[in-house]
Amino acid sequence: MEKSVETKRLFDVQEVRADFPTLNQEVYKRRLIYFDNGATSQKPQSVIDALTTYYAHNNSNVHRGVHFLSQQATEQYEIARKTIANYIHAKHDYECIFTRGTTESINLVASCFGEMLQEGDEIIISQMEHHSNIVPWQFLRDRKKCVLKVIPMNENGELLMDEFEKLLTEKTKIVAVTHVSNTLGTINPIDEIVKKSHAVGAKVLVDGAQSIQHFKIDVQAWDCDFYTFSGHKVFGPTGIGVLYGKEELLNAMPPYQGGGDMIDRVTFEKTTYNVLPFKFEAGTPHIAGAICLGKAFDYLNQFEPEALQKHEEELEEYAQVGLMQIHGIELYGTAAHKGSLVSFNGKSVHPFDLGTLLDKQGIATRTGHHCTQPIMDFFKIPGTVRASFAFYNTKEEIDIFLKAVEKSMQMLS
Amino acid sequence: MTINEKQDDIINEFSMYDDWMEKYEYIIELGKDIPKIDTSKMDEEHLIHGCQSQVWVDAKVEDGKLFFEADSDAIITKGMIGLLIRVLSGEKPEDIVKADLYFIDKIGLHENLSPTRSNGLLGMIKKVRELALENLKQKYK
Repeated sequence: MEKSVETKRLFDVQEVRADFPTLNQEVYKRRLIYFDNGATSQKPQSVIDALTTYYAHNNSNVHRGVHFLSQQATEQYEIARKTIANYIHAKHDYECIFTRGTTESINLVASCFGEMLQEGDEIIISQMEHHSNIVPWQFLRDRKKCVLKVIPMNENGELLMDEFEKLLTEKTKIVAVTHVSNTLGTINPIDEIVKKSHAVGAKVLVDGAQSIQHFKIDVQAWDCDFYTFSGHKVFGPTGIGVLYGKEELLNAMPPYQGGGDMIDRVTFEKTTYNVLPFKFEAGTPHIAGAICLGKAFDYLNQFEPEALQKHEEELEEYAQVGLMQIHGIELYGTAAHKGSLVSFNGKSVHPFDLGTLLDKQGIATRTGHHCTQPIMDFFKIPGTVRASFAFYNTKEEIDIFLKAVEKSMQMLS
Repeated sequence: MTINEKQDDIINEFSMYDDWMEKYEYIIELGKDIPKIDTSKMDEEHLIHGCQSQVWVDAKVEDGKLFFEADSDAIITKGMIGLLIRVLSGEKPEDIVKADLYFIDKIGLHENLSPTRSNGLLGMIKKVRELALENLKQKYK
């Protein structure tokens, strides 16, 4: 029998842009150019419609409901989990826990996996982590009297893997690193980090906040122990995210919060807990958010991931080369493997000034420390301007952006 | 000139610009014209932390009036501070405390006053009012 081939939608950027209503508007009498995708992405009409449909027709509480609507809502909620599990290639659906986002996912691991750590155990993070992947580990360090070690990086914003190896000991229990740096764009070698960490018996958490919207993720190929991401950065709603964890680890960990749904049997003397994933989903979850996040992945699944990735790589390269040609621009994050964002400053120009003038020309970028103050300390700068791209951005937009940067630099010098 | 007369003057000046970039060009020029604050005053005592940019403010009293000096690491913030100084510097503390700074809204810069924007302008207004209030308290002690 002939193998059936799924036909994918051809990637056409203009066609794709029409799917995202937010992109089609003017700000300050100029066409909006949205280059703040690292902070949050825009939503396709299918996700927006799904949200309305859910509240207009399907709204009901999930699990345990005997009635029609509840069963429907439960089914949709669990279909979303399946879609997400397939997308990241988890072995089981129940290894995907719905959370509020990356921050809560990391806090959950630091709290529950952290509960199993002993005094003197070691935690490794990197110099380019978002505050969300620093502070929860500091809490754990202080709570359990652990040691927190930091993988250093070089001037290009690449982790020093030799130094990483030196930090690993038999006391290392967890290594928590970002897949893609939100400030520098660096793509870290997760494969290598997982292999080296596992060699000493340490578990690995990958912060995927900046990676899931750009790459096809395969948690089994990496063999990472935890992978975390936020729905709103991958074209889904805010307030919903995912923690992927290996079954045996999630089972070994104590629960995060107590409440409904996470229990098996409650008496005043003793409570036993529900199975995965419910053990970690206390209380009524963000049902609409989860369903719509599933729809965001349905949207992505229409395309060949390589087609989107190639387009984004071209955008990044085009922007980087363009910025390099503007007098007085300094780039931060020039790693060999880099995701689709550019972080930069004008020589003796404050990033706030540059960002404000870009905004007034209709271009949304982000300025400041991007919740990565240790990176700012490393480069001894107050912040950067960051333009972060999604597959719906175009080279024409980058042309307008480069002209706007040039004009702003002239005004500020 | 009263505080409100000075505010009306600024509103009038800004009414000439209908384009945002022209407005900001003007603010940048103002920022460049303001003399740098003495480096000895760029310390923790005079600093107003902003998430985006930082502001340093100093005040002195002469003949019962308050005079302000301020600086910022961002030129646009500095330009806006310049407008604020123009309105409030040289005024009596009782007038500063009760001043309604409507010009910021009228010239379209109100977004800079949102607490999440946090470029130091809101902090500066708060600080200036505090300094005026402190001065008043001492006067009537």
